[in-house]
Amino acid sequence: MSKVKAITGAEAAAEAMRQINPDVCAAFPITPQTPVMQKFADFHADGLVDSELIRVESEHSAMSCCVGASAAGARVMTATSFAGLALMWEIVGVAAGLRLPIVMEIVNRALSAPINIHCDHSDSMGTRDLGWIQVYSENAQEAYENTLLAIRLAEKVLLPVMVCQDGFITSHGVENVKIFDDNKVKKFVGEHKYPYGLLNIKKPVTHGPLQLQDYYFETKSQQMPAMEEAKKRYIQVGNELSKITGNKYPYFEEYKLKDAKVAIVVLSSTAGTTKAVIDKMREKGRKVGLLKPRLFRPFMYKEIGNALKNIDSIAVLDRSESFGANAPLYGEIKNALYDVKYKGKLHSCIFGLGGRNIYESEIEGVFNELLTNKLKEKEYIGLRKCP
Amino acid sequence: MKKLKSAKEIPIGGLIDEAGSSRKFKTGDWRSFRPIIDEKKCINCIQCVVYCPENCIKVKEDGKRGKIDLDYCKGCGICANICPVKCIKMEEEAKFVK
Repeated sequence: MSKVKAITGAEAAAEAMRQINPDVCAAFPITPQTPVMQKFADFHADGLVDSELIRVESEHSAMSCCVGASAAGARVMTATSFAGLALMWEIVGVAAGLRLPIVMEIVNRALSAPINIHCDHSDSMGTRDLGWIQVYSENAQEAYENTLLAIRLAEKVLLPVMVCQDGFITSHGVENVKIFDDNKVKKFVGEHKYPYGLLNIKKPVTHGPLQLQDYYFETKSQQMPAMEEAKKRYIQVGNELSKITGNKYPYFEEYKLKDAKVAIVVLSSTAGTTKAVIDKMREKGRKVGLLKPRLFRPFMYKEIGNALKNIDSIAVLDRSESFGANAPLYGEIKNALYDVKYKGKLHSCIFGLGGRNIYESEIEGVFNELLTNKLKEKEYIGLRKCP
Repeated sequence: MKKLKSAKEIPIGGLIDEAGSSRKFKTGDWRSFRPIIDEKKCINCIQCVVYCPENCIKVKEDGKRGKIDLDYCKGCGICANICPVKCIKMEEEAKFVK
């Protein structure tokens, strides 16, 4: 039986972890990830999971611990945010390089400095080239379901996965979340059968040896086809999960995009706000739409390019900057549109750094400026104007 | 030269899926100088065997010095330096490369 619970995004992620029941979970508390592991620790204390819960002294150790356990053949999960992700950066790359299927909940928080506890995507965007699959969640429900999908996807392609949700906005906001039947979910998740486990003494293996000019390049080149494989498997695993949840798991969500004249592209919780704005503007006959990427790594250039090519004017909203370069999401969309020889207008809007709120009125403003051709090529939403 | 494998021929993630494979890693190809022994001058004192940091000079069953294992000799020249009769010369490796 599935149950609807009034819980936060963090608790929703922990509910998925409870159902997955990983063999090993190593984590260190950091705002706003803390309630994920706090809730999971409750489940652990209550005997609802039999995971080895390892309380380490830093995130560098947390990810190191996960790497060791995963190489041993265990099903491994962790969670972090912000400086935690920055501190474990070295081992985040190791996890992907060693092809270990670790799933990590990321509760997005703005990187220092200035120090700030609220949401933007600078932490996970900083790790976008480290070889992890990245899935972004709009709300608590998606954070829960994406986590279930992630563990299967990771173990199928032997790549680690980050499941991202917006710090505080999603992680601490209470919503109705449908938690699906334990037995059905457990059956879907299945058993982790890792072919190269260190604990299998019948088949001895060495993980992480030195590779110099002779083999490093070949080994790294294997990660690209693995990401291609992940695209196929994402759909396959998503279809299986659909049978339990009734929800769809496309690479990206198109909201009233088919007949739209102008569109916004945005990740995570702001996509929800944008949908509300679209509904209101559609009532007035404005042809506005949304494209919300769910999968950011691998990035679906061809599919997204085709979905956007007939839109007259597009604004890509980024909740992080890439200083001296195109913002992360904007840059990818621009790449995708080059391939389809896009003739319309593309704009980059930076918003919400350090958790600054974005309001419906501001999103409506972006749509109106797109419709009247007034939006600048690069714009900051919600930033105080210089006098 | 050993034949190097392509990305599709090696296990994922750089892992090694067999035990004892380090024997296949011939570290001698770093060498830029090669020890050449003058067999006539050698007095079989075995000092070179004792001092070789890579343990790549063996002692034969009759107690005399054996050949230098060039698969692992890195050409450090300690043997040539310690030899009391100076019967080991270090020659440039380039001379031997065909």
